[in-house]
Amino acid sequence: MEAYLDNSATTKCLESVKDIVVKTMTEDFGNPSSKHLKGMQAENYIREAQEKIAATMKVNPKEIYFTSGGTESNNWALLGAALANRRMGNHLITTAVEHAAVLQPMGFLEEMGFCVTYLPVDEQGTVRIEELRKALRPETILVSMMYVNNEVGTVEPVAEAAEIIKAANPRTLFHVDAIQAYGKYRIYPKKLGIDLMSVSGHKIHGPKGSGFLYVSEKARLRPLILGGGQQKGMRSGTENVPGAAGLGEAAAEAYRKFEEKTAHMEMIKRRFVEGVTRLEDVTLQGQTADGGGAPHIVSVSFRGVRSEVLLHALEERGIYVSSGSACSSNKKLPVSTVLKEIGVEKDLLESTVRFSFSAFTTEEEIDYCLEQLQALLPVLRKYRRH
Amino acid sequence: MEFKTFLIKYGEIGIKGKNRYLFEEALVKQIRHALKAVEGEFEVQREQGRIYVHCLSHYDFEETVEALKRVFGIVGICPVVVTEDHGFEALADTVVSYVDAQYSQKDFTFKVDSRRARKNYPKTSMELNCDLGEKLLDAYPGLRVDVHKPQVMLSVEIREKIYIYSRIIPGAGGMPVGTNGKAMLLLSGGIDSPVAGYMIAKRGVKIDAVYFHAPPYTSERAKQKVVDLARIVSRYSGPIALHVVNFTDIQLYIYDKCPHDELTIIMRRYMMRIAEHFAKETGCLGLITGESIGQVASQTMQSLAATNEVCTMPVYRPLIGFDKQEIVDVSLKIDAYETSIQPFEDCCTIFVAKHPVTKPNINVIRRSETKLEEKIDDMVKTAVDTAEMIWVE
Repeated sequence: MEAYLDNSATTKCLESVKDIVVKTMTEDFGNPSSKHLKGMQAENYIREAQEKIAATMKVNPKEIYFTSGGTESNNWALLGAALANRRMGNHLITTAVEHAAVLQPMGFLEEMGFCVTYLPVDEQGTVRIEELRKALRPETILVSMMYVNNEVGTVEPVAEAAEIIKAANPRTLFHVDAIQAYGKYRIYPKKLGIDLMSVSGHKIHGPKGSGFLYVSEKARLRPLILGGGQQKGMRSGTENVPGAAGLGEAAAEAYRKFEEKTAHMEMIKRRFVEGVTRLEDVTLQGQTADGGGAPHIVSVSFRGVRSEVLLHALEERGIYVSSGSACSSNKKLPVSTVLKEIGVEKDLLESTVRFSFSAFTTEEEIDYCLEQLQALLPVLRKYRRH
Repeated sequence: MEFKTFLIKYGEIGIKGKNRYLFEEALVKQIRHALKAVEGEFEVQREQGRIYVHCLSHYDFEETVEALKRVFGIVGICPVVVTEDHGFEALADTVVSYVDAQYSQKDFTFKVDSRRARKNYPKTSMELNCDLGEKLLDAYPGLRVDVHKPQVMLSVEIREKIYIYSRIIPGAGGMPVGTNGKAMLLLSGGIDSPVAGYMIAKRGVKIDAVYFHAPPYTSERAKQKVVDLARIVSRYSGPIALHVVNFTDIQLYIYDKCPHDELTIIMRRYMMRIAEHFAKETGCLGLITGESIGQVASQTMQSLAATNEVCTMPVYRPLIGFDKQEIVDVSLKIDAYETSIQPFEDCCTIFVAKHPVTKPNINVIRRSETKLEEKIDDMVKTAVDTAEMIWVE
């Protein structure tokens, strides 16, 4: 049996997404910038995708810009906003548990002379919102916060943060990295007070290499990719029509029968949590420990087991999971900064595994995984480094 | 002036008496193999104790030279201008324009070194040296002749055709692979073992390899890394048969039965035994390891003696007297370093004790191994039987 429980790393592409991707590659393959009919057909795919996405967020389709994925969206939001608004100030705020695609651009901005405040989090990874109030300054031009933490599934107080930011200075931009949240929550940027929002296609059963950045009409953003002036000059380069069309389809599909899907994920998560906490010496990380957190991420520490070994042992049995964040695991020291930030004890840092689900995860997969865990853990605990 | 031919100079193999043709044949074979991956069509020709590479189509000079530089047995690679014999004046013109094309600054000392393999050529080699030298001095007054230590040695060889060259690009040296039998390399994912394989291959030895895989403690990527390293070594050694042995059960059994501080030594003794099994099975004449005295606990003189004891074949340890930096230098040279330092756990470190024995007593180790008697032979047999063979080239 196979159980793919690594849906926060990437998801399987939907059939309907695949169909539209193939169609825009082989039949309607025009360049949206071409003046002829083929070009117009391609342009229509882009427009339709914008409309489909905009409808899920109740925004204007013109506020949707296609990118190469979550990382580009985050980079553009931060660098673009900082460069466009530097006359207003040079201070930015983010949190200590962001993804590298936010932390690295922030580091780059610091090198360029901007000043960045990193908000601390509590032991579940929730931002200490009082600290945000204290950190805001008249010269703060941007606050960036993730909606759902990719490693532990903690949901950040985005609405509250928006309120605090806008009360302090309505001109301060608010960027939300919604890469792990879009499709799992209904997110309405205009109601919440979000100016910029990053989304990745392949986390919601869309194609890799696709993503978008929501840019509020009111937000000033400098384009970073310059060239032929596509996407209103904001993001040059021939549009990735298959990517955009596939992403549009995936977005629409994510919010079809939405309540049913989230209820299913909640049920799957509950089943897994109940089972896994029955095992010996396990600790749930993040808000899941208190019954909260995103419906699709469970981070578990198994004392006395090295996460990488557990990962490979599960892999031998057809079960795919993550140790830390998949994007950060190929480093010399694969220890997660998020786990460190939330104060996970040293012994558990290298013993923490992330299980992540999708609307298509089945109860059988969960039960199979739990069964295998139960069999494996005692063996793995017996053989360890001394 | 475009070079269409390379003259291949080889050193040591020239002196191997009656075996010479064997060495030359092996060298030709290795050159052909190396050029397979290079863009263009080549002909490798052996003629009168010389090897020529003729470029029959469009080719990339740098790429071709790089490929030839990886062939063991080649001492020098000379880009040659080949011309038909149309009399001395025509030859002199060609030589003068050759120098013009090759050297933008004409202010060096030189010597013409002619060889007249075709004895019916009207001038002797001494006469050719003088006359061609004179033509060059007339054409480029900045040149000076120095017969003892010339900056440029201009070689002119009169054969069926005439060959002109002055540049010798250093080759890899060593002996052509295939002239010295075959050996089994214990390949891990580290820096040392690929270098050890390279060094033995340099002496003309064909290489096969064995890798000990310990899932789930070592990952598929760690295995892929070893395959990648074998591929890097194979660029010098030719194709490698890589035996991948699943070592997990043996390792856990040793862990269960033996003292932990002896784990690494006992494990390595079983690795040697299994490697030797494959070596014998495939006609290898020895084992190769990347060990260097004192580098880690399992490579002290005592530990080496303890692991060596289980082998009946000679174990070649070409890095035995190398410092780490010297090994790294070779690793960088053969482009293995970047692959070697990818951070994947290898099976020697997964259960390593905090304080492993550094001076194992062979008798104590032997006694510990008796605790394995019940199952170990079957486990070794299973490991050998279930090994996977990957053909790497």
